[in-house]
Amino acid sequence: MAANPDTLNTPMINFTLDGEDVSAFADETILQTAKRHDKEIPHLCYTEGLRADGNCRACVVEIDGERTLAPSCCRMPTEGMNVQANSERAVKSQKMVLELLKSDQPEQVGSPYKLDSELDQWVKKLEIGEPRFASRVQPEADLSHPAIAVNMDACIQCTRCLRACREEQMNDVIGFANRGAHAEIVFDIADPMAASSCVACGECVQACPTGALMPANNVGLETADKTVNSTCPYCGVGCLIKYHVKDDKILYTEGRDGDTNKFRLCVKGRYGFNYIHNPLRLTKPLIRREGVAKTTELLDPNDLESVFREATWDEALDFAAGGLKKIRDEKGRKALAGLGSAKGSNEEAYLFQKLVRTGFGSNNVDHCTRLCHASSVVALLECLGSGAVSNPVEDVKLAEVVIIIGSNPTVNHPVGATFMKNATTTGTKIILIDPNRTAIAKYASHHLAFRPDTDVAMLNGIMHAILEEGLQNDDYIAQYTEDFEFMKEHLKDYSPEKVAPICGIDADTLREVARLYATSKGSMILWGMGVSQHIHGTDNARCLIALALMTGQIGRRGTGLHPLRGQNNVQGASDVGLIPMVYPDYAPVEHFENQAKFEKLWGVALDPKRGLTTVEMIHAILDKEIFGMFVEGENPAMSDPNQNHVREAFSKLEHFVVQDIFLTETAGFADVILPASAFYEKTGTFSNTDRRVQMGRKAVNPPGDAKQDLWVLQEIANRLGCDWSYSGPEDVFNEMRQAMPSLAGMTWDRLESEDSLTYPLENEGDPGEQVIFTDGFPTDSGRGKFVPASYIHADEMPDDEYPTIFITGRQLEHWHTGSMTRHSPTLDAIEPDPVVTIHPEDLQKMGVEAGEIVTIESRRGKISAYARADIGIQKGSLFMAFCYNEASANLITNEALDPSAKIPEFKFCAVKVSAGGEIAVRIN
Amino acid sequence: MAVITISPDQITKKKRKGPKGHAVDLTALKEIQTLLADESRQNDLLIEHLHKIQDQYQHISSKHLVALAHEMKLSPAEVYEVASFYHHFDVIKEGQTAPPALTVRVCESLSCAMNGSDALITALENGLNKDEVRVQKVPCVGRCQHAPVAVVGQNPIDEATPKAVITAVERKEITASVTDYISHDNYLNDSGYQTLEGVLSGTIETESIIKKMEDSGLRGLGGAGFPAGRKWRIVSSFDGPRLMAVNIDEGEPGTFKDRHYLESDPHRFLEGMMIAALCVGCDEIYIYLRDEYAGCREILSTEIANLENSALAKKYKLPPMHLRRGAGAYICGEESAMVESIEGKRGMPRLRPPFLAEVGLFGRPTLEHNMESVYWVRDIVEKGPEWFTSFGRHERKGLRSFSISGRVNKPGVHLAPAGTTMRELIEEFCDGMQEGHEFYGYFPGGASGGILPESMADIPMDFDTLNEHGCFIGSAAVVVFSKNDSVKELAINAMKFFEEESCGQCTPCRVGTAKAATLMEEDQWDTDLLEELSSVMVDASICGLGQAAPNPLRCAIKYFPEEIK
Repeated sequence: MAANPDTLNTPMINFTLDGEDVSAFADETILQTAKRHDKEIPHLCYTEGLRADGNCRACVVEIDGERTLAPSCCRMPTEGMNVQANSERAVKSQKMVLELLKSDQPEQVGSPYKLDSELDQWVKKLEIGEPRFASRVQPEADLSHPAIAVNMDACIQCTRCLRACREEQMNDVIGFANRGAHAEIVFDIADPMAASSCVACGECVQACPTGALMPANNVGLETADKTVNSTCPYCGVGCLIKYHVKDDKILYTEGRDGDTNKFRLCVKGRYGFNYIHNPLRLTKPLIRREGVAKTTELLDPNDLESVFREATWDEALDFAAGGLKKIRDEKGRKALAGLGSAKGSNEEAYLFQKLVRTGFGSNNVDHCTRLCHASSVVALLECLGSGAVSNPVEDVKLAEVVIIIGSNPTVNHPVGATFMKNATTTGTKIILIDPNRTAIAKYASHHLAFRPDTDVAMLNGIMHAILEEGLQNDDYIAQYTEDFEFMKEHLKDYSPEKVAPICGIDADTLREVARLYATSKGSMILWGMGVSQHIHGTDNARCLIALALMTGQIGRRGTGLHPLRGQNNVQGASDVGLIPMVYPDYAPVEHFENQAKFEKLWGVALDPKRGLTTVEMIHAILDKEIFGMFVEGENPAMSDPNQNHVREAFSKLEHFVVQDIFLTETAGFADVILPASAFYEKTGTFSNTDRRVQMGRKAVNPPGDAKQDLWVLQEIANRLGCDWSYSGPEDVFNEMRQAMPSLAGMTWDRLESEDSLTYPLENEGDPGEQVIFTDGFPTDSGRGKFVPASYIHADEMPDDEYPTIFITGRQLEHWHTGSMTRHSPTLDAIEPDPVVTIHPEDLQKMGVEAGEIVTIESRRGKISAYARADIGIQKGSLFMAFCYNEASANLITNEALDPSAKIPEFKFCAVKVSAGGEIAVRIN
Repeated sequence: MAVITISPDQITKKKRKGPKGHAVDLTALKEIQTLLADESRQNDLLIEHLHKIQDQYQHISSKHLVALAHEMKLSPAEVYEVASFYHHFDVIKEGQTAPPALTVRVCESLSCAMNGSDALITALENGLNKDEVRVQKVPCVGRCQHAPVAVVGQNPIDEATPKAVITAVERKEITASVTDYISHDNYLNDSGYQTLEGVLSGTIETESIIKKMEDSGLRGLGGAGFPAGRKWRIVSSFDGPRLMAVNIDEGEPGTFKDRHYLESDPHRFLEGMMIAALCVGCDEIYIYLRDEYAGCREILSTEIANLENSALAKKYKLPPMHLRRGAGAYICGEESAMVESIEGKRGMPRLRPPFLAEVGLFGRPTLEHNMESVYWVRDIVEKGPEWFTSFGRHERKGLRSFSISGRVNKPGVHLAPAGTTMRELIEEFCDGMQEGHEFYGYFPGGASGGILPESMADIPMDFDTLNEHGCFIGSAAVVVFSKNDSVKELAINAMKFFEEESCGQCTPCRVGTAKAATLMEEDQWDTDLLEELSSVMVDASICGLGQAAPNPLRCAIKYFPEEIK
């Protein structure tokens, strides 16, 4: 590894290596120094990036005055030390170690699983011949896992995989069991990998030197045609990934050294790319057959031919744009609406909102942030003047206290979660606030398993405690905030004793958390859907913001507010204005100056009124106000709440254009379907949760006649009279720079060469600001505002008829509506069936065994799924992911909206659960 | 290894039932919570908690393992890798059969092997009901003077015959008996704890004690032989808080002196230990006792409690004492492996530097001592270092407790001057060789100290004196064999012992011991290859086990060529 620049100013250590004078940096081992001087010493258990363990002994060297040889990977040189890596004695041991390991390799030859086994390479370099020792009895292969092949006959017990699993990812699946020659790498209690708690992050595969752990199906034995440096299409962490491509297919992936991931990946990024090669990919434009009426039922791809016919691009584009134009011209501009994609690139999202605003002529444009962090962003804009995170995820290691509230990062931001876990090993405390005990609770010093829906009461209680004990930061409040007195007065009513019975957390704990958060040198708050997806989601976020303002825990490294953004480009999609209330960079449409600016930039008159949000669009269709819609890269027929309502609305649309890569549940309702490009098939910029704009590069071609989204949007726009002539993403990016001050200083060239740039980056050459709010806030007054929140309960509370709380969320292997991941054979194999998670005691009371089918019913709908027992789930509640069309959780959920943000209350509605039922038929 | 294969259908069904991995069974969880009661769940108590389960259920089911992991906020892998390291824990997974409630452990190390352990094992396997009793071959249980030994449950049967063992089984005599030892009261009545009181009250200066320890020349009696006084100085030079760890893992085949002293005069050890802790400035003391010494465990628990409740303890603040059980792993006699074990982990030795004195237990500077090393503190302080150095033969100084076993008439612990030769030990202390046995050779320092022939039985036995011959005295575990015994077989026995006991961390030892044992089973030894392998094991192993494992092998080749050729 490169020497730590901080040590460059400390004196070098001079010593002798094989007769040559060499110098080491203060933190360098003998092996690292040797490497830097181009001297090779064999090594296996050491690899850059992992803690050195010194167990293989292949790197042993002779040190004057020492009785035994020393492992050069672990030993720091001292001044004047005389080291010999090449002496007869040292080489004898190095070679014997290699021979001993080779004698236990398959056939005593080497690894048949990997082209470049490190052991084989050293054996070759040191000319180790046929081993003179009998082989061990070889263990059997474990090929149970869809993504990873385990061949322990190639294992050399170096424990790199163990360190990768336990110290990097901290998933704690791999152990080193038994003793002596029986010592072996195991998963859980020596379980087959597929039955273990392994999350298939692949860190161990990446670490293994001999191929004992490899991607399944021997892909590691194939040679790629090319590699492409890009990023990941899944979550907001935005890992940088290298794709190995052969014959226009992605063979396998490799983690890159991105600022956000440092070579780490999760199962989706690492193994979940193969959905793009699923034969169900849309390859031709499709038009609904004449006379085939729409129903509210989901369309099974097996029935595709009976409902849709293939068309040429010209016909399809003419039909799509023509239908939209007709409605615009005959029924008015507000009769159209568009939903853009948080998964597409910034350039695509920018063009989509421009298409709606200049082509359709209204602000009826939205995207799935509405269902996600809309409330967080509204509160942040309202209080602080900026809707993005204040500090990047990596700041957790600089924080003393990290509150994780309403977020399950090991599931939804897995690589980000590894850094949160890492931070706890250097003293950071995690305070987990979640009704359920999730995986990260293992590393939390406190887990507040509060009653769902009571965030405002609980957070107000914590703030009350801070003020009661005088732990607020008076200087900060005076200098950087406004309306504190108002807040102080409001909080008088929320003592810990008063809120304790409401939120279910005792007053002492609330006080303890208050003290820890307020008095630490740096406290950070990370939050997710548990906070935002409520009718009081904006209020919830207002409380979190107030906590930070009140204690001055913002504006410095290791502090701040971080709503963990879900989609790989939801931050970007929001930034470029895929939102009905604001233009790019959050300029409110209803402010005249903003309208004027964009009318000038785009050369067209714009609608002065804000548009409709996602759920409002559904109501508008049913209220016969919207007749035509264009949905691109979104799946509202699975992701919106109260699906019966949504599907009814879609079935009634006069003209529905859907652009996607699969026949999604939404596409089944379309009049025309346009086959689009998947993430790996396009080039564009994507903005992660930390405000990093990162370059995604095309690795393979879209299949069949599927086309670039950018091209399709332009074709439609021009048929609506827009007159666009963008040559490609760079062209669009350059216009974005003109539209958005936050990106003004970023250049495409710089992104190309650096891969990742943080905004605000207002002038070319700026480094990009990782931490913002360092000296006040971008509000009119320059101050952050306290907005008090009063406790209200959810829209639909449990009662005698519907006594159980239903909470929706996600799963590690499946992304949101499942349109990508359920088409990945690997991810689908890991999690094939619809499940709902329940506490085992609740199951016992129902007389249901884990694994049996249960039926869940609300006032709005009914589904059946397998009951998974999990003692981490709070009793009296259920948790379910919304990715299964055969058991669509959103058939049940409540569409009640937060009044400010219009985000539905996914995280709380009332249901009843009963034993038995039949699971619907899964489509695609 | 038992990767229990699982069909795709089983996996699908499993996924419907619960999240990945093992679900926590509610009943098992309640049982674990009851078992652990109010005790801390901190990580370092993992081995103690595993013992509770093993003691209660005679095995550790995967349900209990998972529940324990949940209680301790550890992952199942973290618990399993520790449980599977130690031979006294039987982890039983679903579908596997738990062992019978009673296990008879038959020692098969050097002295017991010489005294018919193989035949005993066969007889017991045939004579006992497999469904009710498990017969297990185990390494040295520390009762070599009574070879052969079989332990029924926790009850050792000395000079075991199949009949005696079977009778004990039938009578359900499974608990360890406690020897007659000097009680707390009797110890006090014989001027016990006066020196300790002097230190506590300040009337005796700790500096004077450290000086006495230095002047006595006492070196660590566990085997490494580091000068005790110097160690006290070094540890006290590092900033506190400091800890003390006492090693009673006594597992070297042929050693049983620590047991001897614990079973006769435990308070002399406790007093010496306390004095050491105070002189060095250690805040807490951890005593690590091998699990095979169940009788000693009872003695120590009782007497530690007596000391904690004594008038002395009420008057002065004594460093808290923690008694920790080993769980069947010889390697935990290695000081850093022992520290790992006290921390609740696998007993895998650490890389040095840094040394324990600087970074030890829980990362703190640690004073680590073999039990016997502190046993002598009281005598050295009260009688003076000159008393200790007044002993010695052949220009050596001090006293050694020789554990002697094998073909001699009077095996046992013989306290003799340092430097006494083997021949002198046999003739003066052990009443000569057994009838029909002609002295052929001896192990001067257990399985790891090498082997010397009768022709070299006049070398003074002490630290440093045997090293030039490729041997060392270690803990003075002396095993004497005769012309009726085969050096080759004994050397194989020793190598197999190391193969079994290797922790598995480093290649030269993990693979080397296994390959060496295989090569040694050949009729004709490939002595060149064995020597090459030996030199690498000595040079490149992480710890003393791997470094010493080749000693018997090399000595057999060097000193017993007629047998080996």
